[in-house]
Amino acid sequence: MAILVRLIRSVALALAMALMLPALAGAQWINPTAEAVQEAQLLKQTQRIAGECSIADQKACTVEQLWGRDWTYFNEWVLRLVGGGAILALIALVTAIYLVHGKGRIEHGRSGRVMPVFSAFERFVHWLTATCFFILALTGLNITFGKLLLLPLIGPAAFSTISRWGTYAHNYFSFPFTIGVLLMIPIWIHWNIPNRVDIQWMLEGGGFVGKKHPPADRFNAGQKSIYWVVVLGGLIAAGTGYPMIFPYDGTVIFGMQLTQLVHGLVGLLYVAAMVFHVYMATIGEEGAFESIWDGTADENWVKQNHSVWYEREIAGGSLPKAAPDSKQQPPRDPTLEPAE
Amino acid sequence: MPRMKFLCDADRCIECNACVTACKNEHDVPWGINRRRVVTINDGKPGERSISMACMHCTDAPCAAVCPANCFYTTADAVVLHSKDMCIGCGYCFYACPFGAPQYPRVGNFGSRGKMDKCTYCAGGPEADGSVIEYEKYGANRLAEGKLPLCAEMCSTKSLLAGDGEIIAQIYKERVMTRGYGSGAWGWRTAYREQIAS
Repeated sequence: MAILVRLIRSVALALAMALMLPALAGAQWINPTAEAVQEAQLLKQTQRIAGECSIADQKACTVEQLWGRDWTYFNEWVLRLVGGGAILALIALVTAIYLVHGKGRIEHGRSGRVMPVFSAFERFVHWLTATCFFILALTGLNITFGKLLLLPLIGPAAFSTISRWGTYAHNYFSFPFTIGVLLMIPIWIHWNIPNRVDIQWMLEGGGFVGKKHPPADRFNAGQKSIYWVVVLGGLIAAGTGYPMIFPYDGTVIFGMQLTQLVHGLVGLLYVAAMVFHVYMATIGEEGAFESIWDGTADENWVKQNHSVWYEREIAGGSLPKAAPDSKQQPPRDPTLEPAE
Repeated sequence: MPRMKFLCDADRCIECNACVTACKNEHDVPWGINRRRVVTINDGKPGERSISMACMHCTDAPCAAVCPANCFYTTADAVVLHSKDMCIGCGYCFYACPFGAPQYPRVGNFGSRGKMDKCTYCAGGPEADGSVIEYEKYGANRLAEGKLPLCAEMCSTKSLLAGDGEIIAQIYKERVMTRGYGSGAWGWRTAYREQIAS
C-alpha cells in the first residue's frame, strides 16, 4: 500500500514537472536585448530624445529634437511673411496718407512764437533710444532679409563681413537701447495713460478724416500707441534678446527657439510701427520734428494739435517766446500748397 | 553618385566612445568641440541603448535653409558642408539642427561665438582638397582620398555605418532580419524622411 502511494506521488510530481517545463523554457526564450527602446516609439512620446553623455556640454546629450524643422519653417516663411508684410503694409499706409491726406499743416500759419515742449533730458532719452534702434533695426533686418536682398548685391565675402560686424553691433547697442527704453518709463508713462480725451480723438479719426483737429493732451492717442509699442516692444525685445546673448543659461533648445521666434516677430513689428512714427514726425506733420530736435514748437502748432495741454500750460503761466529766425513763417512755397 | 549617410545600429553600440575619440584625433578638433558624441538612453535601466550621433547630412538640411549668411552647401555626394569664412557665428543652425550637430568655439565675453564647427563627413571644406588650410579649418578630407569617415571605419562592433544610403540600409535590414529585432535607424526619419522597416 505504501509503495502504491509513493508511486502515485512520483507520477504526479513527474506530471507536474512536465507541465511546468514549457513555462520554464519559455522564460529562457525572452530576449532582453530585443526589448530595448525604439526610436519610433520615443518620438511618439516626445519631441526631444535625450539621454546621458560623457561630455561637459550637456546640450550634446540630446540625440534628436524635432522642433528644429518647425523652427526653420517659422524662421524662413512665417517670420518673413508676417514681419516683411507688416513693414510693407505700413510703408503703403503712409504713402496712401501722404497722397490722399497730404502733409498736415499748421492751419493758421506759424505764430512766430515758440513754447518749450521737450526738455533736454527728454530729447536725450529719445535720441539715445532712436539712434540705437536705427542700428538694431538695420542689423536685425539684415539677419532676416539680408541673404535675400543684400547678398545678391554685394557678394558673399562682403556680406559675411558686414553681417558679422552687424551681429556685434546688434549685441552691444542693445545695452544703451534698453537703458533708453527704461528711462522712457519714468519720464513719460504718466502722459501716456489712455483716457477719455483719447476716445474722442480716436472717434474723430485723429484729424485724418475731415479738417478738424480733435483735442489732445501732451500726447494724442496715436502717440500714446507709439509709446506703448516702444516701451512694451522694447522690453519684450530686450527680454528675449539677452537670453540670446547668454544662450542656454537656464534653458534648453526649445526655450532658445521660442525666444528667437518672439524676438524676431516683435522686432519686425516694431520696425513696422516705427515706419509710421518716423513718417508722422518728419513728412507727415509740419512743425512736429522741431519739438524733439530743439525742444520747442510753434505756439499755433501746439494750440492746434495738443489743445488740452496748451490750455493747461498757458493757465499754468507758460509764456510763449519769440521764435528764432529759423522758426519764423517761411515764404510760401507754391509747390507745398494743398490741392484744393 | 552615392548619397552618403550615417546609420547607427544602436543594438550593436557598446558606448565605447571610440568614434568620438577617433573623430577628435583625426581632425584635431579643439577642446570643447565635439563633432560626434555617444548618448545613452535609459542609462542603467532595462532597455538601455546608446546612439552615436553627429551631423546626419540631412536631405533639405534645416541648417542650410536657416543660415542668415548662406554659408552651407551640399556636395555631389549629398554631404552638407559649410564655409567658415562666411559663417557669422549667430547660432541659428544649432536651433534648426534636429541632431545638435553645430558647435561653436567661445571667443569672448557674453555668448559671442566663433565660426561654427561640425562633422564634415571627413570631407573637408570649400578649400582645395587635402590642403593645409583646409585641414586647419575643417580637418582631414578622407573622402577625397577615397576613404569613408573614420568614426564608422574604426567602429569595433560595426554599429556605426557610413557610406551610400542604399547599401548601409540594406546591411541594417539584413541584420534586423537575422537577429529578429532592431531599435530603428536613429534619425533617419527626421534627416532623410525615410524609415527602414525593423
